[in-house]
Amino acid sequence: MADALLKVTGLEVHFPIRSPFLRRRTGTVRAVDGVNLEVARGETLALVGESGCGKTTTGKAILRLIDPTGGSIRFRGEEIAHHTPRQLAPFRRRMQIVFQDPYASLNPRMTVGGILAAPFEIHRIGDAKDRPGRVAALLRTVGLPPEAARRYPHEFSGGQRQRIGIARALALQPDLVIGDEPVSALDVSIQAQIINLMRRLQAELGLAYIMISHNLAVVSHVADRVAVMYLGRVVETAPREALFFDARHPYTQALLSAVPEPVPGGRRTRRVPQGDVPSPAHPPLGCHFHPRCPHAMPVCSQEAPASRIVSPGHAVACHLVPA
Amino acid sequence: MSAAIATPEGQAARVWKRFRRHRLALAGALVVALLLASALFAPLLAPQDPTLLDTALRFRAPFTDWRFPLGTDELGRDTLSRLLHGGRVSLTVGLVAMVTTVMTGALIGIAAGYLGGIADTLLMRFVDTMLCFPQVFLLLVVAAFVPPTLLSISLVIGLTSWMEVSRIVRAEILHLKEQDFVAAARALGASRSRIMLRELLPNAAAPILVAATLKVASAVLMESYISYLGYGVQPPLASWGNMLTNAQGYFDTVPWLAILPGAAITLTVMGFNFLGDGLRDALDPRLRMDP
Ligand SMILES: Nc1ncnc2c1ncn2[C@@H]1O[C@H](COP(=O)(O)OP(=O)(O)O)[C@@H](O)[C@H]1O
Ligand code: SF4
Ligand SMILES: [Mg+2]
Repeated sequence: MADALLKVTGLEVHFPIRSPFLRRRTGTVRAVDGVNLEVARGETLALVGESGCGKTTTGKAILRLIDPTGGSIRFRGEEIAHHTPRQLAPFRRRMQIVFQDPYASLNPRMTVGGILAAPFEIHRIGDAKDRPGRVAALLRTVGLPPEAARRYPHEFSGGQRQRIGIARALALQPDLVIGDEPVSALDVSIQAQIINLMRRLQAELGLAYIMISHNLAVVSHVADRVAVMYLGRVVETAPREALFFDARHPYTQALLSAVPEPVPGGRRTRRVPQGDVPSPAHPPLGCHFHPRCPHAMPVCSQEAPASRIVSPGHAVACHLVPA
Repeated sequence: MSAAIATPEGQAARVWKRFRRHRLALAGALVVALLLASALFAPLLAPQDPTLLDTALRFRAPFTDWRFPLGTDELGRDTLSRLLHGGRVSLTVGLVAMVTTVMTGALIGIAAGYLGGIADTLLMRFVDTMLCFPQVFLLLVVAAFVPPTLLSISLVIGLTSWMEVSRIVRAEILHLKEQDFVAAARALGASRSRIMLRELLPNAAAPILVAATLKVASAVLMESYISYLGYGVQPPLASWGNMLTNAQGYFDTVPWLAILPGAAITLTVMGFNFLGDGLRDALDPRLRMDP
């Protein structure tokens, strides 16, 4: 991808497991264990995988909210994986996040006006006089009345809070917004409203999104491309159509077969993954999926499969796919 | 798509509702209010000059002379006037010490909790070390170097009693800092001091307020301890602590001289403690502070 906005290569986030006694390191949680991703300007990449596979950690590491333990994060061509807070400052305006939990993501002791003025205060944009105007404009953008600025977060519903979270993420006119399951905590009736709002804003502002979800169906109609994640690794990346009609990785195929509404014309082979997801503290050797994979071969438990391109923009990490 | 805004009952209203149900807390609040008012208006309320000596009028019993409603002390000074003025001094020590304690404890607790790592380890080791020594011992060590004035006594009491506040605040911050609103502030590029002071501190207000209330009581008590040991507020300025100390020589003959300031101290400690307990339950039923 020539004009990649974001290029993540071999990203690792390993958390130490410490014993409560003397805090000795007794193990490692490989929450993110070699993730490769690319996002182009203005596109939506869906990052999909079961709960606990490392989606949130990946998103937070890209934003440098969690320090990566390895790998590279290139944003607008610049390597930021090891930037200091001072070096990161200009990037903070360009990458933002909308969180999963609309309750924990807004400071309960600040008014909405205070929450939305913070981005301008931190980046010294405008002065105290014009902030109310900026806040009102943000509120209008996300469909909330200007009076909302005087109220506290607890006075709003989940959907309204998520609008506030979106407004905050957009305040600095970023290039990339990571949506960490932004609708999964909301009523189904509200989910479409928020998704539509985010799509409208994307069209108006030319944003790129990484839309994180544990549900392939939810992202199926917003994504340009889909990356499927399993136990800390991306196993398949493909343009949306290719993913739904030509999934190559056994795990992607299993996920698709578990989607309740079959994609029209999509392949539908009933193969729900067997067994539980292993713990990222003890990931299986070789291909992380091999204990649950119906096609597992001897090599699968010894060697991690490399990512192979099967068609333009479609990469698969599986020993079934010939090099 | 303009959305109607839900208006559940306000947080303040809910807190007040829970507080009102707490009888002892209401009584505590009333006592505290009366004590503060009497300290504030002591010069107007006191019938006599609290330092006026008249050895002809020594050891008057309470309720025997309308000029000295609560009697006189060993130098013939009016006990009621001394109680009112002494309350002013004792409560000033209590409040100044509380502010010192809470500011020190809150800042150290927030820094340790939010910064973590080495900063946390060093600060908490410092707290542990301070806690190894009884507060009275620390007070007496400092008192040996600092002449006892109202301000120095208050500051010294404050600076030797912030440790548990810092632990409470640190625990609260450890919980708060994992919340996504802090991650959101970091994603916006907020500085650490902005996150600690603007995002975290207001959310730790409840435990800080509770600790503050309880600390007034313990500072008043501490002032009387050190008075007893001779390092408290110095005569002729009256404090409940030094009134109690002066009374010790006459305890078997003139017990009311000790009973009256003792009762004032007890009332203050109980008033602030009940108020603090009530606030704790009303603000957050989960909060508990170890003594
Ligand atoms: N701070 C942390 N310390 C240790 N383990 C963590 C931490 N954060 C996440 N994990 C673990 O990393 C794995 C991935 O978590 P997460 O990124 O939240 O997954 P997802 O968002 O896909 O549900 C989980 O097993 C989780 O328990
Ligand atoms: S590499 Fe082997 S175990 Fe892994 S998905 Fe492919 S076939 Fe299954
Ligand atoms: Mg998650």
